Amino acid sequence: MQRLIVVGNGMAGVACVEQILNHAPKFGITIFGDETHTNYNRILLSCVLAGEKSLDEITLHPVEWYQANQITLRLGVRVVDVDAERKAVIADDGTVTGFDKLLLATGSSPLIPRITGADREGVFTFRNIEDARGLLERSRRGAKAVVIGGGLLGLEAARGLQVQGCDVTVVHLMDTLMERQLDAIGGAYLTRKMESLGIRVLLGRSTSAILGNGHVEGVEFNDGEQIPADFVVIAAGIRPNVGLARRAGLTVNRGIVVNDHMETSNPDIFAVGECVEHQGTCYGLIAPLLEQGKVLAATITGNRGPVYRGTVEASRLKIMGVDVFSAGDFREAPAGQEVRTETVRYEDSSVGIYKKLVLAGSRLKGVILVGDTAESHRYMEWVRTGADLSKQRQRLLFPEPAEDAGLDVAQMPSSETICGCHGVTKEQIIHAIHARNVNTLAQLKECTRASTGCGSCTNLCEQLLRAVAPRFEEDSKTTLCACFPFSYERLREILLSQKLRSVQEVLNVYGNRKGCEVCKPAVSYLLDMIWCGGHEEDRSARFINDRVHANIQKDGTFSVVPRIRGGVTSPGELRRIADVAERYNVPMLKITGSQRIDLLGVNKADLPKIWADLGMPSGQAYTKGVRMVKTCVGSDFCRFGVQDSTSAGIELERRLENLYTPHKVKMGAVGCPRNCAEATVKDIGLVGQEGSWQVVVGGAAGKKVRRADLLITVVTTEEALQAALLFFQYYRENANYLERTYDFVERVGIEKVRKDTVYAVSTEKEKLLDRLKRSKALARDAWLEREAPVHPTQFVQIEPMENILT
Amino acid sequence: MTPANEWIKITKVENLPLREGRPVKLGGVEIALFNLGDRFVAVENQCPHQGGPLCDGIVSGLHVVCPLHGWKFDLESGAPVQASSPNCIATFPTRVNDGVVQVNLAGGSRIEPEETAD
Ligand code: SRM
Ligand SMILES: Cc1cc2nc3c(=O)[nH]c(=O)nc-3n(C[C@H](O)[C@H](O)[C@H](O)COP(=O)(O)OP(=O)(O)OC[C@H]3O[C@@H](n4cnc5c(N)ncnc54)[C@H](O)[C@@H]3O)c2cc1C
Ligand code: SF4
Ligand code: FES
Repeated sequence: MQRLIVVGNGMAGVACVEQILNHAPKFGITIFGDETHTNYNRILLSCVLAGEKSLDEITLHPVEWYQANQITLRLGVRVVDVDAERKAVIADDGTVTGFDKLLLATGSSPLIPRITGADREGVFTFRNIEDARGLLERSRRGAKAVVIGGGLLGLEAARGLQVQGCDVTVVHLMDTLMERQLDAIGGAYLTRKMESLGIRVLLGRSTSAILGNGHVEGVEFNDGEQIPADFVVIAAGIRPNVGLARRAGLTVNRGIVVNDHMETSNPDIFAVGECVEHQGTCYGLIAPLLEQGKVLAATITGNRGPVYRGTVEASRLKIMGVDVFSAGDFREAPAGQEVRTETVRYEDSSVGIYKKLVLAGSRLKGVILVGDTAESHRYMEWVRTGADLSKQRQRLLFPEPAEDAGLDVAQMPSSETICGCHGVTKEQIIHAIHARNVNTLAQLKECTRASTGCGSCTNLCEQLLRAVAPRFEEDSKTTLCACFPFSYERLREILLSQKLRSVQEVLNVYGNRKGCEVCKPAVSYLLDMIWCGGHEEDRSARFINDRVHANIQKDGTFSVVPRIRGGVTSPGELRRIADVAERYNVPMLKITGSQRIDLLGVNKADLPKIWADLGMPSGQAYTKGVRMVKTCVGSDFCRFGVQDSTSAGIELERRLENLYTPHKVKMGAVGCPRNCAEATVKDIGLVGQEGSWQVVVGGAAGKKVRRADLLITVVTTEEALQAALLFFQYYRENANYLERTYDFVERVGIEKVRKDTVYAVSTEKEKLLDRLKRSKALARDAWLEREAPVHPTQFVQIEPMENILT
Repeated sequence: MTPANEWIKITKVENLPLREGRPVKLGGVEIALFNLGDRFVAVENQCPHQGGPLCDGIVSGLHVVCPLHGWKFDLESGAPVQASSPNCIATFPTRVNDGVVQVNLAGGSRIEPEETAD
């Protein structure tokens, strides 16, 4: 078997290997990669920095993939020399490895402009996982970050750092941001948009020095102006890695020169990716590199035939809420020139939309879209195919009015590329749907890779699935409200990786800055849960019940339900309750359906005094939080009781009280299966058996009646409590806001719930319990705010300084 | 005491937390005073639906959401936000003088629903 060595374990190299595996003959493949991570999606590093994805989520090929394909993987090993004559590569670990064919996929390196001080501690580039890690570690709230370079990469880095809480300035040499992709007007729109997000943009500044004593303290421009900086990111372009190719004696210009069959000047050495130069062009986007890889795979396996003829580049900015797309050549040729161009333009500065199409004859040459990129696929297709547009001239800038939702995709020709990153066409997707029985987006991703690159074609893929798949199923997602452009689940994922601590910050960064009665309480909950209680509490984001810790009633008065753990009270408590009821003329004193006592019809202003006089903690009857554990008399008194349900219930209530949950959590503990305290229709129930406890979850007897599912059967009370706690925290972290356990358990499935809680490996269980413990440590009885209100006028009616004559 | 047609001193600005409302009784009327961050607004404190206390509602931009059944009103014009709730609430001019929020009851207005109908 022939030996193939691949240098570079990056996106283009591994994608090409994937293609090679589809061809015969087979090679014995060795891949050298000087990064320590297996092949990952470099594109998504921007999303990692912006906290939208975790590092784990961007892996493209895990170790198992290499093993399954018998590829020898040499991670963390750098190839330092190529001996073209002896056909061997020499690595920095001293090994010499012979090859029959060599594939150079060495990518490129960040370009560092000549700036004094560029080697100071605190100067970063943004190319690989290590860079992203370093930046994430460095970005603290309020840290001053300066990004040098206002291209795609620089802007994405800037936004990521800002989301991490940094105070960010982008410094750009040119007068236009992304000048390679945008004209001056488009650039101005983009600048305004970035500034409105809170990122400072300095244009036309040439950086001459990075200041500081050892570590970074500021940046100086060549006109002498200085700005402070705690750290600097250089994103000033890339330079193809051609060192090895030079040593191997290949023809090299800016990149390694290849022909249309992807051959270099040496018949046994090949190259693909950013390190390559084809027809004078070095590409820096993934789509062309994947096309190159397909051609190369044919050539290298002796199936020489397919040719690569260059690619029209299309760029898209990956910043949520900042839509920028550019493709082709948008330069306008003035009249009198050989190729005359015409420009079709639309702009509306009040909504930040700018569109420009440049046509030569009746063909589209280039396009710029800022603020609205919905039609980008159509334009890209026109540029790519050079379609004759004379019939469409009237409505070039506007979509055909679509009568049905499937029309957009129905109008696309089958050969149209839907996923630009992986070059997946409409035809291929339809084929996959039928041949591989695809019904969900997740399955489609798995079998075609479509929408796993930058993700911008997700909508189209979904539309196509909806139109074609026999049993289309939407991946669960419902937007929370109009204030945020994504689902609650997505929002939770985002916030989990963020350093945002207050509702208003979240609204400013990801929402419409206003918020509403739906999202404000939901985000309040999320922050409380994620920060284990260490968030910045914003009472204006809470429903009135959670501002004053009482339940508002139809006449604007409130009800007060003190905590009576397990329904067990005492003469002293009852006496105090009775006294309070008399003292404050409480209109109704009532035993509730949850084994507690309710004082109804109380004025807001009396709440703090009543709480003090009662001397009992809040029963949280007004909030999405831990309500109660209903108990029966159990083995202490009941002749059938086989477990001490009263003590178990009281203990469970103690361990969970004062915590907040996605919706209310009501629990029960019963001493035998007769179930007198209705534990089997509670969110969490402990059901005593002879010698064991059944822990049940997801029960309901409200709007809906549902028998709880059995989570686990355990022997000791402590084990039962642990199981209940595991489920409780799992529900807190994974349920949608306002989703009761009866819906949550049904949605997730009890098997999965068990797998993730009671059957999880002990380290995972400990993590869940540890987070619960941290939340609990910060949780306090809300009624203590009687002594330290969050705001001095929290409970009072404002007395006017002067009143009117009546 | 001040005549009803003049500015009435209500309270120090710091008594009104950001994006929250507080009730104030002025003669026979109860108003809800809100702190919107860049200014203060005053409206009558009674939801036209079933009398809910608007001061206890969640503020969403320029709107307030009644805590009882979720009707929404524009705090500047007093107009209902949903088409299903035809009634308006009265709004009153406010100003800040020497760190004190003042309200002018006589300058209050209630736009008629017809005006906003289309
Ligand atoms: C006071 C009480 C009725 C009573 O007089 O006994 C009560 C009163 C209210 N219940 Fe309840 N529920 C009360 C026990 C129950 C029970 C019985 C129980 O807990 O065992 C249930 C069925 C179990 C359950 O929760 O599913 C119950 C199912 C509901 C529901 C339906 C929940 C569901 O998803 O099925 C609501 C509406 C909601 O939460 O969305 C609700 C909502 C309400 C609210 C909070 C409505 C509201 O938003 O204003 C009522 C407040 C009245 C007031 O002005 O204070 N109440 N409610 C009980 C207080 C218990 C306590 O001590 O905390
Ligand atoms: C933050 C970021 C965002 C991006 N966003 C987009 C986007 O939205 N759309 C888009 O199309 N493109 C985007 N790109 C560009 C895209 O990631 C690259 O075009 C693509 O990764 C290039 O693939 P490659 O295999 O040629 O190079 P790389 O992916 O860089 O792989 C080369 C690998 O070879 C290794 N290597 C180099 N020399 C040696 C040696 N001597 N020995 C061993 N190993 C070696 C390198 O360490 C590297 O791991 C982005 C890039 C970055 C950094
Ligand atoms: S059943 Fe519950 S929500 Fe309905 S009226 Fe009675 S207390 Fe109110
Ligand atoms: S009382 Fe205001 S919405 Fe019902």
